[in-house]
Amino acid sequence: MRIVDPTDERVPIRRTLTKRSGKISGAIALLDISKPRGDVLIDQLAARLREEMPGIEIRRYKKPTFTKPAPEELRRQIAKESDFVIEALAD
Amino acid sequence: MANGPQLPEFALKNPAGGEYKFPSGHHALLCFVKEDCATCQMTMPLIEAAHGAFASKIEVIAIGQDAEGNAKLVEAHRLKTPMLDDSALKVSFAYGLDTVPTIVLAAPDGSEMRRFVGFDKPDWQNMIAEMTRLSGSAAPSIDWSKYPQQRPGCGSRSVEPEIAERLEADARGEKLTARQIEIGEMDPFEFMFERGLTDGLPVIPPTPERIKRMLTGTRRDPREVIAALPPNMGPATIEKIAANAVMAGCKPEYLPVVIAAMEAVATPEFNAHGIMSTTWGATPVIIVNGPIRERIGMNMGMMALGYGNRANATIGRAVKLTLRNVGGAKPGDIERSTLGSIGKFTTCFAEWEERSPWEPLHVERGFRKADSVVTVFGLESSSRQIADQTSRTAHALCGSLGLGLEACWHPKQHGAGEVLLIVCPEHADTISREKWTKAQVRARIQEITSRPLRELIPDAESGEGVPLKALGLTNPTPEQLEQRIPKFRKPEYINMIVAGGEAGKFSAVFAGWVSGPMGSSSVSKQIEE
Repeated sequence: MRIVDPTDERVPIRRTLTKRSGKISGAIALLDISKPRGDVLIDQLAARLREEMPGIEIRRYKKPTFTKPAPEELRRQIAKESDFVIEALAD
Repeated sequence: MANGPQLPEFALKNPAGGEYKFPSGHHALLCFVKEDCATCQMTMPLIEAAHGAFASKIEVIAIGQDAEGNAKLVEAHRLKTPMLDDSALKVSFAYGLDTVPTIVLAAPDGSEMRRFVGFDKPDWQNMIAEMTRLSGSAAPSIDWSKYPQQRPGCGSRSVEPEIAERLEADARGEKLTARQIEIGEMDPFEFMFERGLTDGLPVIPPTPERIKRMLTGTRRDPREVIAALPPNMGPATIEKIAANAVMAGCKPEYLPVVIAAMEAVATPEFNAHGIMSTTWGATPVIIVNGPIRERIGMNMGMMALGYGNRANATIGRAVKLTLRNVGGAKPGDIERSTLGSIGKFTTCFAEWEERSPWEPLHVERGFRKADSVVTVFGLESSSRQIADQTSRTAHALCGSLGLGLEACWHPKQHGAGEVLLIVCPEHADTISREKWTKAQVRARIQEITSRPLRELIPDAESGEGVPLKALGLTNPTPEQLEQRIPKFRKPEYINMIVAGGEAGKFSAVFAGWVSGPMGSSSVSKQIEE
C-alpha cells in the first residue's frame, strides 16, 4: 500500500550550539515576553547580574505580546546588540 | 442515416504487440466487456463470429476491463478477436459506460453509428445485417435460437464508486504531487501511529485513491498553497489538507468547509501559533453557518457540541490534524497546554439558525443568509454548561447566563475578551418571548457581572484578579475602588449562537483566551461551494 505524506515534508535545519568560551563578556539581553510578573523575574536577574558581573552591560527588551513570536525586527536587534540572551518566560 | 457524435479517440495496448489507435480510418466494432459478467460471456461468441466474418473490412475489437479477466476471456472463448486492455478504465470512462457489454459501431471517421448495452437480439441481428452490407462480406452463421430475446448487462467497472471518483479526478487533470510512501506489508493503521501522524486515535490511511476521491469535493487546484500554517509555517496545499481530511474521516463534500476553516485559522488575526502553543488549553472552535449545514448533515440540535455526528466530528478533526501535520503543532512539542482537553481532538458544530430568534452569526458579521460561512474562534477547548431551569423572564435568565459567565478564566478577571455563548432553544424561547435583542442580552450580562474594583483586585484571599497596574493605578482612591467593571471589555465580545436539543434549560459557554490584536480574534470565511 502507498500513502501520501500528510506532513509539510520539510526537514528541520540542525543547528549546533555556539561554542562556549567559559567566560561572560559583552552585553546580556534580558527579554521580557510580556507575561504577568515576567518583569519581576527580569528585575531580579538584572540586579544579581550587576552585582556579580559588574563589567557586563545589561540590555532590556520586551516582546509586544507573549501570545506571538518575537517580531523579526526585535530578534535582529537583540542579535545585533547583545552577546547573550536570557528570556523570562512567565508567571 | 446520419452518424451520431464523434467518439473519443484512444490508444490501447494490443496483446499482439503495439498499440491500437482509434479511429483508424476503418469501420470498427468496439465491444466493451468484463470477464465476471455473464451477459458478456454470452456475447463473446457473437463478437468472435463478427470478427471471423468481417475482420478484413471492419475492425472488431474487444475492450476488456481487467487484465486478468481479459486473459481468461481470450482463453475460454479461444478468441482471435483482438482483446485490448482497458484495466485503467480510462476509455470506458471516456465513453461514458454504465453497463457492459456496451457495443459501439463506429464509422471510419470515428463517429458513432450504433450503440447498445446489455444483450438485445434484434439489436445484434440488425447490426450484423448492417455490417454485412458495409463489408460486402457473407454474413456469419449464427444460431440465434440459442440466444434469449434480451438480457440485461452488468455495471461497468468504471462506475464503481471509488473508481468513478478517481477517474473523474483524473479526467479533471488532478495529479498528486506530495511525496508518497510505500509501506509494504505493514498494517497501515499501525504505520500512521508509528510515524506520529495521528491525534492518538486511529486515522484512515491517506492513499492516493482516497485523496483523489476527497479532492472531488473541491474545484480548487490540489497544488494551491492556501497558507503558510503556523506554528512552523508549513505550506498548506489543498492536497495536504485533503490528505488530513481523509485521515480524519471526512467525506469529500466536507472538504470546502475544512479548506475555509484552514484559511481562517491561518490568518494573522487568528494567531494559530499562540492558540496552539499556549499553556492555556485553547483550540480552534469552529462554527458553520448557512445552507451547507443541512447539505452535509451537520448537527446543530441535540448534542450539537458532541459527539456522534460525522461531519461535526471529522471537520474539526481534519483542521486539528492539518495544524499538527502541516503546521507542526504537536502535543508536547510546540503544543504545550498544561492540561489540554478532550475538545482538542475536534470542536466543530453548526448554528441552528432556524431555531434562533436572532440573526445568525454570519449575517451579524456581514455575510448574506444564503452564504455558507465558517467562523473560527480561539477559545478554551471545552465548554461548560450554565443551568437555569426556573427563570421565567428574559431579565432573570440573562442574569443567570451572566453569572455563569463570571467563572470564565477566573471570577475576578474582569475586562475579559471573547467568549462564545451557546444559547439552548428553551432559553432562546424564554428570552425571545420578550423580544429581547442580542444587544439587550449582552447589556444585561454586562450589568449583572459588573463588580466594584475593590472586589476584583488580587489580594490575600485570592491572588488572581484585575491588576491595578493594568488600569494605570498605583494608589486607587476610595472612589476608584468603587468603580464597577463588567466582565467583558466590550459587549460585542459576547458572541451568541443558538444550538442544542429542544429539551433542557442548559446553555453553554466556551471561554476565550487573549482577545484582539494582542492575542486572537475570531475570523469568518465564506465556504466555496
